Amino acid sequence: MNIESLSAIDLGLAALLVVALGVVQFLMGLGLQRSLVIGTVRMTLQLLLVGLVLKALFASANLAWIGLMALVMLALAGYEVSARQKRPIKGWRGYLIGLLSMGVTAAIITLLALIVIISPQPWYTPQYAIPLLGMILGNTMTGIGLALNHLTQTAWANRGRIEARLLLGQTATQAMADLRTEALRAGLIPTLNMLAAAGLISLPGMMTGQILAGAPPMEAVRYQILIMLLITAATGFGSLLAVHLGARRLFDDRQRLRLERLGQRG
Amino acid sequence: MLFEARNVAGEPGSGVRYHPVSLQLEAGDILTIYGQSGVGKSQFLRALADLTPHTGDVLLEGISQTKIRPEHWRKQVGYVPAESGWWADVVAQHFSEPPPKAWLSSLSLPPELLDASVERLSTGERQRLALLRALVLHPKVLLLDEPTANLDQRNAQKLIELVKTYAQTEQAAVIWVSHDADERALLGNRSLEIRAETTHQAHHP
Repeated sequence: MNIESLSAIDLGLAALLVVALGVVQFLMGLGLQRSLVIGTVRMTLQLLLVGLVLKALFASANLAWIGLMALVMLALAGYEVSARQKRPIKGWRGYLIGLLSMGVTAAIITLLALIVIISPQPWYTPQYAIPLLGMILGNTMTGIGLALNHLTQTAWANRGRIEARLLLGQTATQAMADLRTEALRAGLIPTLNMLAAAGLISLPGMMTGQILAGAPPMEAVRYQILIMLLITAATGFGSLLAVHLGARRLFDDRQRLRLERLGQRG
Repeated sequence: MLFEARNVAGEPGSGVRYHPVSLQLEAGDILTIYGQSGVGKSQFLRALADLTPHTGDVLLEGISQTKIRPEHWRKQVGYVPAESGWWADVVAQHFSEPPPKAWLSSLSLPPELLDASVERLSTGERQRLALLRALVLHPKVLLLDEPTANLDQRNAQKLIELVKTYAQTEQAAVIWVSHDADERALLGNRSLEIRAETTHQAHHP
């Protein structure tokens, strides 16, 4: 069974729904039409562009190009993590902490899944590699961003508590133990929600896509379970690494809390 | 020499500007510190406890701060800031060991207070308990930042007695920030003013 092809007219019909929404909003004086138009056009262009890139990538199936694509995705995700921080760690280190913790875990887990678990021929077959990396990156990005944000914000707000522990002879690691645990929990909450909702409240996008493309439901479900396990592991390990590196950056070699290393955003 | 500071001042660029301080303390000494508000008295104590970057050197029994692990240093050079931080729910969780009953009663603190929730403590109770949780670590040097600020005269007097007794029996040195001249007189005759950094006049040829 092949997927039903969508024509430009089909998409135009769906776009009419959004146009109708814009008209209603205009008549109600909500003033959201601008963001609605920009968001819709931007989404369409981004996806068309990705479609072209993927088409070329799938046609060449060249490891170097696939690697380059992976690096671009990683750099963008790294930027997203630092852009979401309310009190980011200043300078290149702040960007690097997010990028490194995400890059290391996402790379290891994607490679493991490709080479050991799914094993397509060749292992870097872009139809598997790119969507897999994309799903893992998208979720670790959210988790790491939340964990780091929680860590730096609570450290900022709790200077007195942290320093009180240092003053009583605790190490930086001991003084930060509670805040680190809370930050890890904050980072893992979206993943835990995703696990709980899977299949009951939401039909995961990839599974839906495979079923639409004609895959047998049980096959699609097995793939979805695999993805969820990979996402959970990547988010958990990524947050662990990010919180470890972030907490270390909050202190110097004399275990002094250095909050001036945090900046402020909006 | 138990404790020595050599030209301690805020790190350049840190925005903390007091005139570099040098001092020497023997076991049992009590030194009071005063100075205009905002001049950097608390910052000086933070530097002695190695809680903040600073210039100069601090030595405990002749050994430089930089040669001692920070967590060991801070156990031996106990700093009690003006505002105490509490990280757990119950008072006792902040004590590495329960304080002697004699200390509690000498500060008119009932022993049940140890099992109380931190939220229910008054400012004065927090201040006294913060001193005790530092004392149970038996520091060789005690740095106190206006420890009687929230206490009435009677309790302030008792706290002074306790610290004096501690310095004598444990052969510890005490540095005590106090803006009250009468209190400084009660604590002995050694006093030191922290001054603002001398601003050099622009040179006119």
